[in-house]
Amino acid sequence: MSDQKKQEKKNEDNQPEQESRRRFLKNSGLVAGGIVGGGLLGSFIGNPFTKDITTSNKDERPKKEFTETRMFFTRFEDFFVLEAAVERIYPEDGNGPGAIGLGVPYFIDKQLAGPYGSNKFDYMKGPVQEVKVASSYQTLMSRGEVFIEGIRKLNAESLRSQDAKFYDLEGEQQDEILKAMEAGEIGLRGVKGPTFFNLLRQMTIEGAYADPLYGGNKNMMGWKMKEHPGIRPGYSDLIEEEKFQIIERMSLKDYQG
Amino acid sequence: MAIKLDKVDVVVVGTGWAGGIPSAELAKKGYKVVALERGRDHDHSDFVGSKDELRYASRYEIMTDNSISTVTARGTLDEEAFPLRTQSENFEGNNVGGSSVHWSGVTQRGRKFDLQARSITIDKYGEDKIPADMNLQDMGITYEELEPYFDQFEKTAGTSGEDDPMGPPRSDSYPTGPMRPSYPVKLFKEAASKLGYHPIMIPSANLSEQYENPDGETINACQYCSFCMMYGCDFGAKSDPVATVIRTAKKTGNYEIRTESYARRVIHKDGKASGVLYVDMRTGMEYEQPADVVVLAGYTISNTHLMLLSEIGKPYDPKTGEGVIGKNSAGLASPGGSATGFFEDKKFNLFMGSGSLGGTFSDLDSDNIDNSDLGFIGGGICEIRQRGSGPIGSNPVPQGTPRWGKEFKEKSLHYANRMLSVGFMSPSFGWKFNYMDLDPNYTDMFNDPLLRITHSVTEQDKKFSEYFSARAEEIMKEMGADIIEKGNPPQEWRHTQGYGETSGGVIMGDDPKTSAVNNYSQVWDMDNLFVIGASALPHKIPQQTGTLGALAYRAAEGIDKYLSDGSGLLVEKKSNAIKA
Repeated sequence: MSDQKKQEKKNEDNQPEQESRRRFLKNSGLVAGGIVGGGLLGSFIGNPFTKDITTSNKDERPKKEFTETRMFFTRFEDFFVLEAAVERIYPEDGNGPGAIGLGVPYFIDKQLAGPYGSNKFDYMKGPVQEVKVASSYQTLMSRGEVFIEGIRKLNAESLRSQDAKFYDLEGEQQDEILKAMEAGEIGLRGVKGPTFFNLLRQMTIEGAYADPLYGGNKNMMGWKMKEHPGIRPGYSDLIEEEKFQIIERMSLKDYQG
Repeated sequence: MAIKLDKVDVVVVGTGWAGGIPSAELAKKGYKVVALERGRDHDHSDFVGSKDELRYASRYEIMTDNSISTVTARGTLDEEAFPLRTQSENFEGNNVGGSSVHWSGVTQRGRKFDLQARSITIDKYGEDKIPADMNLQDMGITYEELEPYFDQFEKTAGTSGEDDPMGPPRSDSYPTGPMRPSYPVKLFKEAASKLGYHPIMIPSANLSEQYENPDGETINACQYCSFCMMYGCDFGAKSDPVATVIRTAKKTGNYEIRTESYARRVIHKDGKASGVLYVDMRTGMEYEQPADVVVLAGYTISNTHLMLLSEIGKPYDPKTGEGVIGKNSAGLASPGGSATGFFEDKKFNLFMGSGSLGGTFSDLDSDNIDNSDLGFIGGGICEIRQRGSGPIGSNPVPQGTPRWGKEFKEKSLHYANRMLSVGFMSPSFGWKFNYMDLDPNYTDMFNDPLLRITHSVTEQDKKFSEYFSARAEEIMKEMGADIIEKGNPPQEWRHTQGYGETSGGVIMGDDPKTSAVNNYSQVWDMDNLFVIGASALPHKIPQQTGTLGALAYRAAEGIDKYLSDGSGLLVEKKSNAIKA
């Protein structure tokens, strides 16, 4: 129970940041529906993220994760839906961070911007057929396009059934919509709901546990939770040990130098 | 128009074990050999520091590019096949060394039964034991005849192992001793011994010690680092063609590899092959490489595809059972038999390991099992493996756990180092209705038809799986697991292809009416064409690489014989009057 309390406390601590992001969204005019005007530049005035900017020659700015910036998703709103969805798939709990804390949304964003997102190594000739094998990827849409379609349908379903954005719903309500997507009950254009959901689930797990070089598994915390040492040179000296070994984590950065 | 190049003695399509072995053997003898490799160049320096699960295991870094070609799949003859589009649905090794670079390293020998499945079954149980639609065939060679070639392959690879009291007879011990057992492997061996079996360490191409092979190539000692199957070895400690036969072939000065060279046809006239037509994938230019002998040594899929596209041999017809090319595709839904155990009071170092680290026993394999009162043919080779679990790929949860969310996270973390499984590697037989042909609807990058695989699961598969899952459950119980889940029999093919488990299509035998190649891998209908690889197996045998290596050494001997003694078939045709 104390874990749960701690958890609640943590959630409260996260509130201001979440709130500020939503304020940003409102201030920027993106939510108002088309009245973007001068676009982002104009909206910077009310943007709480800009307050640390200084003009000093000395770099006194707090350290930033420059790589935590979108390179694939164009709409703020899509990214917020993505964040909310992956956090339900891999939530923060007493074991440690959830998908957001591990950087999974940025991991997915980067993956979709690369060859995997554009299906460079996949067979993409038509026609696409109705197939009975649910796990088969049968669409000519790239993974990037599948994500945009799926994410927007999650939000559209949320607006339709709850009259609220997906990321403003309670966790259990979000789960209901995710389950409907997983079960194929939400119609998507050009691709089946389960294809999108399986991809979302798989990439969330990948983002939690892939080497941090890809933007997820922040500080190797995914590995820590799994008691996995990550990238060690080898275990020749330990392979016969019967006792479970807690070994200091290493990343590819540590290994390649 | 294709540009015609200067003639060489031998052109080999493929650089895996199947292509690398004859290339090395023939280049050593002074023949000029050109190899065509569709993938990139690869050597050990590409694998140093390559411990990246996402890149290699999840994103198939060293696998084939499906945008060039893939396969289509269907269950039965009346269904429309659909293309397997992604690499998670269809993959095989790409680049120099082929699939042998990412293989796990298990180096089992085929059993007597595997080579003479039909005659042994009839001798032991009578012809009625063979189901009506099963194309059960002999390979036209006995274990005793193939034994020296197994030995030769193991010495090239430096295979690490220990004598198997229940295994087939050997002329010599393994060149290096067995790998060291991890705790789960020790538990398995103790449990199996208690149940009366004879467990040993799995014969392995991840070497227990540094080894210099007869060609002078050195393979290092395995570090149990876990980045093994699906990866090239960081340490040069996995016996693969890159570390052995490719290096040997290059040293002779008689061997040239052309990478990014995609073979599209065997060119032939009047029953003789004259060369290979290929595309340079960097320029799109077409070339014709003439040769006295053409060797197809790709994977099962590409060997069969090239034979069909080149219109060599008679395509198999599942309605009449006549024809041979594409016949007996197998291994796509190997029945196996397994049990998974979850342990509450034990935690294992599952993040350590190597592709072929594990325990095995042969007591219930195809040579030792008594099928008299069993509703199936053949037996299984038992295995526990500790390949080294990747954190992305390994999320074990007991049945009934949700696939995502709070409970999934909690349980997948809890059981990450508490799950073991024991399984049986099974044969997968050829059936009249399981085969490969050219797809009528889908085409590859060059607008050639894709290869179509038709495969369904049979009653034999289900009974096999039930029997062996029950045996695996007994072992897991003895190992002390708290939750035991018995594997379910396969209900249908999952419509995926990969892990080097597919066989058949250009099968070996002694009768040209029922087989495509003889026991030198020489095509009956075209004596200067040799097709080497798992495509030769009339049924998929458990852990087939060792047998593939032996057959490749025999083929190399056959090609030399063919080139030096004058042309002709190296084996006399037989007519077995097996019902087609």
